[in-house]
Amino acid sequence: MTELPKEQKEFWRWQEYHRVRNDRNWKNKDVITAGVDVGSVGSKAAIMIDGEMYAWAVTRTGSNSPDSAKKVMGMVLEDTDLKQSDIQYTVGTGYGRVNVPMANKAITEIACHAKGANYIWGPSVRTILDVGGQDIKAIHCDETGRVTAFLMNDKCAAGTGRGMEVFADLLQIPIEDIGKVSLSVDEDPPPVSCTCVAFAKTEAIGLLRKGWTKEKVLAAYTRAMAIRMANLVNRVGLEKDFVITGGQSKNIGIVSRIETILGVKTLPSPNWREGGLDPMIAGAAGAALLGKALYLKSKGS
Amino acid sequence: MITHYGYIDGSGEYFIVIDSDKCNGCRKCTEKCPQNALEMVTEFIDLEDKTVAAVSETHRKKIRYTCQECEPERNKTPCVLACQQGAVKCVWKPL
Repeated sequence: MTELPKEQKEFWRWQEYHRVRNDRNWKNKDVITAGVDVGSVGSKAAIMIDGEMYAWAVTRTGSNSPDSAKKVMGMVLEDTDLKQSDIQYTVGTGYGRVNVPMANKAITEIACHAKGANYIWGPSVRTILDVGGQDIKAIHCDETGRVTAFLMNDKCAAGTGRGMEVFADLLQIPIEDIGKVSLSVDEDPPPVSCTCVAFAKTEAIGLLRKGWTKEKVLAAYTRAMAIRMANLVNRVGLEKDFVITGGQSKNIGIVSRIETILGVKTLPSPNWREGGLDPMIAGAAGAALLGKALYLKSKGS
Repeated sequence: MITHYGYIDGSGEYFIVIDSDKCNGCRKCTEKCPQNALEMVTEFIDLEDKTVAAVSETHRKKIRYTCQECEPERNKTPCVLACQQGAVKCVWKPL
């Protein structure tokens, strides 16, 4: 009894990790700020030194927001030479933002995402699609990362990270492979009709019984999600410099279908596995940057 | 910041759109709304907290039904007419 039977494996589980950028010289530390983004599914933290990303962490949100905030903050401080008390200003954001105990201020994730995307991809970014664990946000911003228009769809969990976790579990495909698998069909089948994740699951089971392959079911669901997301982006205003943030930015099946539907390529994502910034930390990064601005403002400079 | 409160679902698009740069916090729209669907919220704009009108959370997910009576497709709802700043409008496109 060493290995779990296949049906008991946690196919939905994604990688939790933390990173410190020790490849640079961080000697002059004037302003040290942190951003803690407690999302519905993932908690993210970022530490910035003088407005440059120093360390970040990504973990799963538990049932308790303050504990999740403390956990991710503990993770981000690991392997750094900083202590909690070295951080001069902390901004809490995301779904659980009012429950971040170490935060000096809570700011909505919309403002933080735009600021963070502006940092990660540069000032040319105008349109941001954030596909979170439990909602989808379409944001339009200016060259400073200030939000100009915003739309959130949190009516249901379909087309979100949580919906994808449900499908990974149902089809027994590890969540990290789900994008690739959804693209392995020759042609996309018609999208599933249901937008609700509970009903989509029922529909998917029906299709599997009818003899559809896992790949085909996944392709149909991913396509339905991509269509929903594309609609939101169009409503808020699509521009050429378009990026996707949040957990689903790592789902190549979603990203490539949205690009096809909208006829626009997303700006290339930095590769977090090879030392680049992670599109999942846009909110935390933006929170840390706004924290720096607020800190300097409070000092009167 | 222009915020779209509402959703797109299989039956169409339903949004009450509020421009917080134009909103001066006068509360007239919240007073005129027959459904009490509007409220004042604090929004973080340019490093300042500003009090602006918003659709209250309980109505965002059922806005199609909440706002139906005011005929939002004509964009002349009490909230739109109450706002002298032109900060409120309706985007209503049932299929």
